[in-house]
Amino acid sequence: MALDDSKKTREFKVVGTRPDRPDGIDKVTGRARFGADMVAPGMLTGRVLRSPHAHARILRIDTSRAEALPGVKAVVTRADFGAVPAHVADIMENCLAGEKALYDGHAIAAVAAVSASVARQALRLIEVDYEVLPHVTDVDEAMKPDAPVLHEGRQQETVPPGMSGNVISRCEFGHGDIEAGLKQADRVIERTYRTAATHQGYIEPHACLATMTADGQGELWVCTQGHYMVRNTCAAILGMDQGRLRVTASEIGGGFGGKTTVFLEPVALMLARKSGRPVRMVMSRSEVLRATGPTASTSIDVRIGMTKEGRITAGFAELRFQGGAWPGSPVGMGAMSGFAPYDLENVKTVGWDVVTNRPKAAAYRAPGAPMAAFAIESAIDELAHGFGLDPLEVRLMNGADEGTKSSYGPTYPAIGLKATLEAAKSHPHWTAPLGKNQGRGVACGFWFNFGGDTSVSLSVTPDGTVTLTEGNPDIGGSRAAMTMMAAEELGIPYDQVRTVIADTGALGQNEVTHGSRVTFSVGLATIAAARAAKAEMCRRAARVWGIDPDAVEWEDGAARPAGPNAGKFPPMTIRDIAAIAPKTGGPISGHHEVMAEGAGVSFATHMVDVEVDPETGATKILRYTVFQDAGKAVHPSYVEGQFQGGAVQGIGWALNEEYIYGEDGILQNAGFLDYRIPVASDLPMIDTVILEIPNPGHPYGVRGVGETSIVPPLAAIANAVSAAAGVRMTQLPMSPPRVLAAIQAGG
Amino acid sequence: MVKVLLWGSLADLAGGAREVAVEAATLRELLEGLARDHPGLRPELERGVSVSIDGRIYNDSWFTPIGPESEVVLLKRLQGG
Amino acid sequence: MSRIHVTTTINDDATEFLCEAEATLLDVLRDELGLTGTKEGCGTGDCGACSVTVDGRLVCSCLMLGAEAEGREIATIEGMAEGEDLHPLQKKFIEMAALQCGICTPGFLVAAKSLLERNPDPTEEDVRYWLAGNLCRCTGYDKIIRAVLETAADMRRAS
Repeated sequence: MALDDSKKTREFKVVGTRPDRPDGIDKVTGRARFGADMVAPGMLTGRVLRSPHAHARILRIDTSRAEALPGVKAVVTRADFGAVPAHVADIMENCLAGEKALYDGHAIAAVAAVSASVARQALRLIEVDYEVLPHVTDVDEAMKPDAPVLHEGRQQETVPPGMSGNVISRCEFGHGDIEAGLKQADRVIERTYRTAATHQGYIEPHACLATMTADGQGELWVCTQGHYMVRNTCAAILGMDQGRLRVTASEIGGGFGGKTTVFLEPVALMLARKSGRPVRMVMSRSEVLRATGPTASTSIDVRIGMTKEGRITAGFAELRFQGGAWPGSPVGMGAMSGFAPYDLENVKTVGWDVVTNRPKAAAYRAPGAPMAAFAIESAIDELAHGFGLDPLEVRLMNGADEGTKSSYGPTYPAIGLKATLEAAKSHPHWTAPLGKNQGRGVACGFWFNFGGDTSVSLSVTPDGTVTLTEGNPDIGGSRAAMTMMAAEELGIPYDQVRTVIADTGALGQNEVTHGSRVTFSVGLATIAAARAAKAEMCRRAARVWGIDPDAVEWEDGAARPAGPNAGKFPPMTIRDIAAIAPKTGGPISGHHEVMAEGAGVSFATHMVDVEVDPETGATKILRYTVFQDAGKAVHPSYVEGQFQGGAVQGIGWALNEEYIYGEDGILQNAGFLDYRIPVASDLPMIDTVILEIPNPGHPYGVRGVGETSIVPPLAAIANAVSAAAGVRMTQLPMSPPRVLAAIQAGG
Repeated sequence: MVKVLLWGSLADLAGGAREVAVEAATLRELLEGLARDHPGLRPELERGVSVSIDGRIYNDSWFTPIGPESEVVLLKRLQGG
Repeated sequence: MSRIHVTTTINDDATEFLCEAEATLLDVLRDELGLTGTKEGCGTGDCGACSVTVDGRLVCSCLMLGAEAEGREIATIEGMAEGEDLHPLQKKFIEMAALQCGICTPGFLVAAKSLLERNPDPTEEDVRYWLAGNLCRCTGYDKIIRAVLETAADMRRAS
């Protein structure tokens, strides 16, 4: 059966409604089990010793006194792992340092003991001799030729000779002729923007429970965005066959990209292997902030030319991202995405991936895109206001549409950018009056959206209810969405389907829950699996009726003769067919395994009103509206939730959040008191407008929605604060002292 | 022959041309052809790329057909949050 | 290390436990008593995921020692529903999608219940300030605030 049937107009019965989520009761009663909530008989507590230095050579680690402490059952260091395959070498080094500690908080050794207090004592008994080395934590400093260099031999062939070894790679995108385009402009703006590193800030710290038997079989319970990834990575690091390691995903307390890699898991498995006991490891909040995935901090130069009518004649951006101590900042995606909302004749972006003495950046919701959008959308806004033009009209005039050659190369199919802009223009928010010290900002954002390896199984139970088995951790209500799509396709009520997230033993490979892929990819596979089960049920009915299977169709949860020529038989419901399944050929199920491709790109426009206190520089968010294309909103409440959550993370990034390093290279704010994420009293309601421009790559038209919502807010808020304060803000976060200093310098 | 658009920094490694022609009817043939005809691209290809074919982005599906008129754009490997 | 014997009441059940002097109430609830519905997000009183009430007062259980529970009445998320009957806040959180990942949800529910016991008719601002000690990273708080306000309205109508 063809999957590409979104062009048919379809009346949905379940999709688009707002049923209760299947895991709701577990989550509101405290019964849901997260990473740290699991126990095993004889379980030990594992803890990690971390580097107090930003950059240091490890001369010696002596664990003998720790091992001798009563109650300590195992101590591990990098030496316990030996050589690991190249594709996991950096991950291994991040889990436990080898020759050098590369950032404050870098794991050095770990212990497993009978209690947390014994484990803490044992850490104090591990002796480490460090040779402290010069360090660098700022991206621009790290690119200087005389900067301390973290790694030798990691620079890629794209980097011109003579640059610091910290510069790992260069990428360049675009088309046309920038200089020629700039000459056609009535004004060219040239600005440098900076953004601070922020953390995903999930409320659940990393946690896992590992078991290894003497015959080399492993079990892992872990909070992760992808337990298949955890299995594959840990197996490679520990030199195990993947089939010998079974990984079960716990409920996950937020991830936002930060749980797409491993930190504790290989260490816990090694401690379990050495001790012969189950080992549970749970990070503290300060460990989460010091040693797990913040995003890149950035420094971005922008040059944009515009005519006085508002046409952008050329756009150029040079983006420098530090992604922590190993290669792999998301600068490429920043460079590809920044100008993606616009139809430009002349556009070019250059990206530099840089390493510094900071924790390795992990993915964070639309990795790389928010920072690029901040710079570019700020510059476009400044140009528009400079000419006295309406910033929404300028964006509409230059906006990308179906057939536009995008800034990163491909030509767009049907896209929703202009629909979001039109919706913003006609929304009452746009014309609402503003008071003194208040300003309004808008900005657009783009994200690619992904597909990837997906495997699901749908089984019809003997009583005709349905179990859907999938392999992607549910991070924001996706079980509800899958249940709805299965029910829709089978024509049965929502409560007749139960969706289970299986361990790695139950299904084929499933790519991590990332890239806004799950509702798209797993949904696509769910629909295909349901169709396979329906086809089988039609065959069973056909045999019972003694007619050709092609003469049977499925409608409203039952097999029916397709038209009057097929014969006159009363419909056989899914219950009827399931009840006699043993007599008609055995169990009924549907499977689908796919490398899902064709996730449609996504666009959003955000609008925000702020008030800036000129005495303190403090910013208050007064009103916020998100306009985003969802393709088709399966469960609109959770689509709204993604829009709202992304916007508020963006508010934090714009106004408060930042990694603050001292001269000593030590993180100074490794706690939620000083690393301040938005709280309820900081915010107004976040209004949402869901647009639905169907994605031709999904049978119901679904697009991913999870990430795009964090792309526009940095710029939208900067544009609003700049309007309110009367001075252009080019550095994030726009914390009160920084805004106050800008006001005082400007006035 | 299929025309493949390279991103800027890759063009430098493929002799300076932003667009190269490769004999290919599938994604696999395309990637093999690029590596064969333009050895300078091999390190980036080995690190993994995404490919946009007529506006749809693919990562790995070898047997994805590519027509002679298809718009093919090589992209840096994408990763999401 | 000698452990301290504590006699207390948890969710209306008389309870005894032994704990180390340094153990927090949160440690005791989770590790000694198996009440893992109370979550640890920070261990420093900044996130509210470990919210419980002690003699009716809302506290972060990570900031109180287990030994201090002696003679007190502790209420946790596990005691919020009466059997199968969910508290109106619990029902409303599900109905209005006021949770995404759910890790902060127990803390929000305990805190919100405590608010409505004190103030059955809170304004939006009251709710936002009362819940300012509970961090949620998924929802942007919008649906949580709406759910608390609607529950308050429902409960007023019902009483």
